[in-house]
Amino acid sequence: MSHGNMNLTLKVWKQKNKNERGRFETYQAKGISPDMSFLEMFDVVNEGLINEGKEPIAFDHDCREGICGMCSMYINGRPHGPKEGITTCQLHMRSFKDGDTIVVEPWRSAAFPVIKDLVVDRSSFDRIMAAGGFVSVNTGNAKDANNILIPKDDADTAFNAAACIGCGACVAACKNASAMLFVSAKVSQLALLPQGKIEAKNRVLNMVKQMDEEGFGNCTNTGACEAECPKEISLENIARMNREYLGASLT
Amino acid sequence: MSNTSGFLFSSLGKKVVMGATGLFLVTFLLVHCFINALIFFNDGGLTFNIGAHFMGTNWLIRTMELVLFFGLVLHIVQAAVLTRENQKARPVAYANPGGNVSSSWYSRSMGLLGTLLLMFLIIHLAHFWVKSRFTGIPTEDANGHEDLYAIMQETFKQLWVVVVYVLAMVSLAYHLLHGFQSAFQTLGLNHKKYTPLIKKTGVCFSIVIPLIFALMPLAMHFGWIK
Repeated sequence: MSHGNMNLTLKVWKQKNKNERGRFETYQAKGISPDMSFLEMFDVVNEGLINEGKEPIAFDHDCREGICGMCSMYINGRPHGPKEGITTCQLHMRSFKDGDTIVVEPWRSAAFPVIKDLVVDRSSFDRIMAAGGFVSVNTGNAKDANNILIPKDDADTAFNAAACIGCGACVAACKNASAMLFVSAKVSQLALLPQGKIEAKNRVLNMVKQMDEEGFGNCTNTGACEAECPKEISLENIARMNREYLGASLT
Repeated sequence: MSNTSGFLFSSLGKKVVMGATGLFLVTFLLVHCFINALIFFNDGGLTFNIGAHFMGTNWLIRTMELVLFFGLVLHIVQAAVLTRENQKARPVAYANPGGNVSSSWYSRSMGLLGTLLLMFLIIHLAHFWVKSRFTGIPTEDANGHEDLYAIMQETFKQLWVVVVYVLAMVSLAYHLLHGFQSAFQTLGLNHKKYTPLIKKTGVCFSIVIPLIFALMPLAMHFGWIK
């Protein structure tokens, strides 16, 4: 397919603010290149809207290279669209066909209120992190990098959990709007390392408490979060969090 | 600052209750299935009635019956509470809820399958449990035991009963297909070596146990056993 010959119909969620009830609006996206990213397609549509004197569609984006986790778009029934292991900026228009109708919604969760259109407030994740997603250290000179030896397997497993970018796709994909994959990744990345083990008990108790207070749903192990995670965080982390929590509660 | 009392009211604590009661109910299914499978001796229910007599009179079994009811009620009440909370967690539904790409339909339908099973359970208890415990079984077999086997034969003469039982066992199979392995994950028992084994065991259990149960009304209705 050559440059600039895709024509698409977009059904996009429009919502003025947190308190207004939103609705869908239909837009035509004309002259779209299959090589554009999904966000670039929105840029083109918005440029057209601005030139016509209409209000553009609000959407979140920052790095556009798959690591910021801002692009909270639920596209045709799936977070970040029809491909696995990617964010919206890594989704290209060649994944769609000319003439397609694409439905774009924001993340739907009580804990992620819509700020405007496709932009949601994910500060509930920040509050969960503030409740325990850290390691306490005394300030001073940086210590020698290798004075605590860590088995390679543990380092790798912790790193895989730490790959979580906090985008909220797990919450968006879950039928219960549960944040267990996110919280478990953050609990795991620290609990697996010697530096994080010291505060592991309090960490898991406090982070789960905050998660519950934010109004996220409960996990029913459907596995949709793992399937939709752009960083392919494993369900093993949820089992690890369950273990940590059970151990911390009973001892 | 361990918080043992808050545990049961936390999201993870409630999951643990669901998983633990679920696995307990799995052990019940196993015992129930083995005892009932005694009908396949095809001896006019003599062996089966011995089993039923033992289950009805042994004090340990009678005590476990109370524990079973407690576990069942806990499983159901907890499921209702969790479902309510989960609905509140997403006040505005998706226009396009997606499909079966990222999760299986039965893993998302545990509440529906469970409700069907509860409806079946009420019918099932009215058919057998109420008769053997309260209203009494009128006839005795050659060994002088209450003839529960005769009640079974009488009940399964009706075609609608057989259809309801078989459909309920289909619901049970799908409920177990997700529930069995899910319970282990909830209890934190996830391990690269053992999880594949747990999953395979779960699939076998979910097929074999409901299948044996479903064969009971079918075998009696169509006269495969006398």
